[in-house]
Amino acid sequence: MDAIQFIYLVPLLPLVGFLINGLGRKTLSKSLIGLIGSGVIFLSFCISVLIFIAVSKEGFTTQDIQYFDFINVGKLNIPFEFQVDQLTSLFLLIITGVGFLIHVYSTSYMKEETQSGYGRYFSYLNLFVFSMLLLVLGGNYLIMFMGWEGVGLCSYLLIGFWFKEQENNNAAKKAFVMNRIGDVGFLLGIFWLISSFGTISYHDLYNSSNGIITSISAINSPAIVAITLLLFVGACGKSAQIPLYTWLPDAMAGPTPVSALIHAATMVTAGIYMIARSNILYSLAPTTLDVIAVIGTLTAIVAATIAIKQNDIKKVLAYSTVSQLGYMFLGLGVGAYSAAVFHVMTHAFFKALLFLGAGSVIHAMGGEQDITKMGGLGKKMRVTYITFFIACIAISGIPPFSGFFSKDEILSAAYASNPLLYYIGLGGALLTAFYMFRLLALTFAGKFRGTEDQLHHVHESNATITIPLVILAVLAAVGGLVGIPEVFVKNGNKLNDFLSPVFAHSAQIIASQEVPHQTEIILMIVSVILIITTSVWAWKKYKEYQPGTGEESVFGKAIKNKFYVDEVYDRIIVKPLNALSRLLDNVIDKKGIDGIVNGVGRGVNYGSRQLRLLQSGQVGSYILLMVIGMLLLFIIQLFTK
Amino acid sequence: MEIKWYLFLSIALFCIGMIGALTRRNSIIVFMCIELMLNSVNLLLIAFSKMHMATVNAFGTSMATSAQIFVFFIMIVAAAEVTVGLAIIVMMYRNTHSIDINFLNRLKN
Amino acid sequence: MLGTYFTFPELLLWIPFVTGLIAIFIKDAKSVKAFALFSSLATLLVSVISLCYTDVAHHPEYVDYNNVSYVWMPYIGSSFSVGLDGMGHLLTFLTAFSFPVIFAATYKSEFKNANAFYALMLLSQAGLMGVFIAMDALLFYFFWELALIPVYFLCSRWGGEKRIAATFKFFVYTFVGSLLMLVGIIYVYLHTPSFSQDSAHSFYIAAFYKAVLDPGQQSWLFWLFFIAFAIKMPIFPFHTWQPNSYEQAPYPAVMVMSGVMVKMGVFAMIRWLIPVFPAAAAKFDHVVIILAIIGIIYASCIAIVQDDLKRMVAWASIAHLGLMGAAIFAGNFTSLQGTMLAMLNHGFNILALWIIVDIINKTTGIRKISELGGLAQKSPMLSIFFLVIALANIGLPLTNSFVSEFLMLTGLFHFNKWYAAFACMGVILSAVYMLNMMKNVFYGKMNSLTENASAMSNLQKMVLTVLVIFILVLGIYPSLVLHLTEGTVSNILAHISVK
Repeated sequence: MDAIQFIYLVPLLPLVGFLINGLGRKTLSKSLIGLIGSGVIFLSFCISVLIFIAVSKEGFTTQDIQYFDFINVGKLNIPFEFQVDQLTSLFLLIITGVGFLIHVYSTSYMKEETQSGYGRYFSYLNLFVFSMLLLVLGGNYLIMFMGWEGVGLCSYLLIGFWFKEQENNNAAKKAFVMNRIGDVGFLLGIFWLISSFGTISYHDLYNSSNGIITSISAINSPAIVAITLLLFVGACGKSAQIPLYTWLPDAMAGPTPVSALIHAATMVTAGIYMIARSNILYSLAPTTLDVIAVIGTLTAIVAATIAIKQNDIKKVLAYSTVSQLGYMFLGLGVGAYSAAVFHVMTHAFFKALLFLGAGSVIHAMGGEQDITKMGGLGKKMRVTYITFFIACIAISGIPPFSGFFSKDEILSAAYASNPLLYYIGLGGALLTAFYMFRLLALTFAGKFRGTEDQLHHVHESNATITIPLVILAVLAAVGGLVGIPEVFVKNGNKLNDFLSPVFAHSAQIIASQEVPHQTEIILMIVSVILIITTSVWAWKKYKEYQPGTGEESVFGKAIKNKFYVDEVYDRIIVKPLNALSRLLDNVIDKKGIDGIVNGVGRGVNYGSRQLRLLQSGQVGSYILLMVIGMLLLFIIQLFTK
Repeated sequence: MEIKWYLFLSIALFCIGMIGALTRRNSIIVFMCIELMLNSVNLLLIAFSKMHMATVNAFGTSMATSAQIFVFFIMIVAAAEVTVGLAIIVMMYRNTHSIDINFLNRLKN
Repeated sequence: MLGTYFTFPELLLWIPFVTGLIAIFIKDAKSVKAFALFSSLATLLVSVISLCYTDVAHHPEYVDYNNVSYVWMPYIGSSFSVGLDGMGHLLTFLTAFSFPVIFAATYKSEFKNANAFYALMLLSQAGLMGVFIAMDALLFYFFWELALIPVYFLCSRWGGEKRIAATFKFFVYTFVGSLLMLVGIIYVYLHTPSFSQDSAHSFYIAAFYKAVLDPGQQSWLFWLFFIAFAIKMPIFPFHTWQPNSYEQAPYPAVMVMSGVMVKMGVFAMIRWLIPVFPAAAAKFDHVVIILAIIGIIYASCIAIVQDDLKRMVAWASIAHLGLMGAAIFAGNFTSLQGTMLAMLNHGFNILALWIIVDIINKTTGIRKISELGGLAQKSPMLSIFFLVIALANIGLPLTNSFVSEFLMLTGLFHFNKWYAAFACMGVILSAVYMLNMMKNVFYGKMNSLTENASAMSNLQKMVLTVLVIFILVLGIYPSLVLHLTEGTVSNILAHISVK
């Protein structure tokens, strides 16, 4: 219990790191900045481990720690509070653990930055970790939302880290605005929660004995469906699901470690965390769950399709991330919450590894990101190659590497819910195997296709880069063993047991359909065989790749251009909005409303000018008018009496 | 004599004065016409004063006195007007060598 | 001494008024500048001290420190009554805080006839203070005009090229509104009960709250007052004076207008409109909220395509004020508390924004967004300040306006879900225009115009640091303000529900 008292240190340390690095970016030496930046995260990680140990002890109950009244208005009381339970402690480990490795990696990767740029980078990165920790530690939706927007901000700052290039700034802006669209959904969800239930504290809502939501038994009540859908809009923005996914591939404009930390391992999984956190609410709204499952599956397959034709090493990984996030949502949608969280964890390992590996490659190639101009790097960069290979196996879902277990858990839950979802999901998995091994083959196998200069430059990166790679590779390889399916080992799914208190109430609401063990084994064997075949085929096909001039089919072209989604958005949203704004400004406002206002003024002016003509200066006409006026008065007097 | 004859005379004088003031351009004649109008009103007041000799007003005196006081007022105002008006006409003649009132439309612009 | 010889509202009013008159006679530009800064600091000091005497519930004697009434025109039932309640404290603090900030931030700028300029600035401060402390309708009207006139002269004498036309429009616009309000005030006055033996009616605020008006009368009186306040705020479609006059006015005057003066409209709606005409306010709430929400989206859209920094900030301000207008008429505790907080926050944020626009304009000589670029390399500190302030304007959590927007939207959502959903569009669009500005002004490459931009002065750095600290503190611990205004809001709500 003691460690939990110091929980505030977990986010506070990165915040301190942010302040020191931010303020001292011009005075502190680079090594000191790197040391502080990584050191605070390491300390947070140590505390997180202690908290994890405390949480996994027998008899632990969810703890709610209140610090001060954040907003206290009439009946609405929102304290600044943290909540610690199994889900939180797991996310703490992922964020600080992977975060620390990426910080260490960055100390070397960003060496060539200027002094103040280096400090700026680490302060942003620390700020990001702080926000992310706030997001998972928060004890109510408002604190979560603070972290939620905070990570969005850091993402914005880091995507646009090299702000001299307007392209990076555009990508950053796009990411922020798209996230904002989702955030508005999230915000409306919070408002609805407040107006329906009067509170947004998890403790009040989901408390197992007398929580407001926990005691609701009505399924699919309109308010809850609406709230869950609105919150899901937020998740769509943050976790890059259809239709708000297009920012993530563009976000690759940022430095590669940032892509690894923010746009693969942690921030983008915030949506999954949020839904897992509100699992009881979602379980009460099966309609929303269906929507989530469908959107997740669609995203998984669409993004995987786009990934097979991309040539930018980071873009491939970005679309792969979108697709993997789709799987996680599929898992949530079919009610397999712990499977989704499991996939978050394994994905954090192997996707961070892939990005860091890609960073190592890009570094070696002197900034080149096009995989058609690489090739044969495996011989020169052994560590990167092997670790990248492990990650590929893990993401493709080949046993006994981590991706296999988590993906299998999701897919079998999908099969139990609706076999169609399973088939599409499996199709996505095959595509994943294909594009990953295409990437691997194009990068590391065959002959070198770059320039002479680059060939001389290619070298294995130094230890600060390779050590995180190796650690992540080990985790990617064995990380799945915490969740071995029941089919193989009785009580093998340790993670499921660990998280079960969080999802206990949902399990009561959703009667989970179990797939018979026999079917499960058959499905598993078939899928593994298919995946291995695809992988080998892809490897063979691209091993000796030479850039050709082959004609693209229409479909291939569409895939290469990402189904023209960006163009469509530009055409139907951005341009009309701009045109509308111009119309409002130039026509409606200047000519319409201001026209009316000026028209009134002009009317008064005109009227006065006409009236002035009566003052002719002819005394006779004045007297005549006077006489007429008096006569009129007499007549009025006469007739009104 | 009946009151109506006074009324007819007064209206006739007033109308002559008014038409003269409206139509003539010679400012002295216009001036005289205005005087005529004022005096037609005076005549009317005197006539009514005679008619209401017996009626008592709020202060317990005859109504005739108020009308007669008014006549004096008007005469004094008319006298004052003549002084100022004739002075204006003299000044006007000095400046413009004309006593045409339409010459005095400089107020415009 | 306090409470017997002088009270806080009097001090807050007379210090700027008297120093303003004295400033006319200080011919030396440098000394009048210092004098004005010193005077405004004195006012700020008084205001800060007055904030220590707000806890009326526990210390009944504080009421005497904060309220005073003198005989003024007994035969028409008007007295010189001034007083501070929670909202008064809040807004007098904003006024007292803004002026030193404005003087310090523009300390380097030179103005012709400096004595007249600073005298008018101080007189406008006195007028603003008067509006926020007046407890008598006639006095309120008097100060309402007094605050307008110095600003009119400031804009028409020290403004930009097209200042005459813009200022004329501004003046006529607001003056028409004021006259409508005057008609309304007199009409309501004739229906008030007597508060003293000398007169049958009274201009005292409590008398106005007790005025006997049937719903039919309230309906048209409501609009007389509403138009006056809506023009000041401004609420769509009464806004067209604002972008033009902001564009033409000199920076200190713009800061006064957008930082403090627009709050007069919000303040007056809460104090003089809703409690006086509760039936009409309840009847027209949908109309007003719809207008306000149209204004939010409309102004945000227009802000996106503005190329002139001043105009962009002006439109952004209109959008933010729209949300306040909607929140006032949602009329529940949450939304009103949000509006209170928003008044203060908007004051800080827009001041900071103007200071930055001023710095950009002064150092580069241009205001066109499309011609700027790369300032982040030239002046990293300025870009950090702007980033924080832009984020505060967007309403990002941990900055001040997040809390106020959250409360206002929560209240609005409680009133009607769809209104809140549409009002949230402003949240998205504000991100678009603010980040556009960030991108085009600070990021990207430097060009020939921005290359020789010079740095900020120390005074400006200090002022911006103070503002940023306020932004963050209020974002993390908003209870500071929320406690202050709790009493006022419950009073207003009580008046609404009683009638």
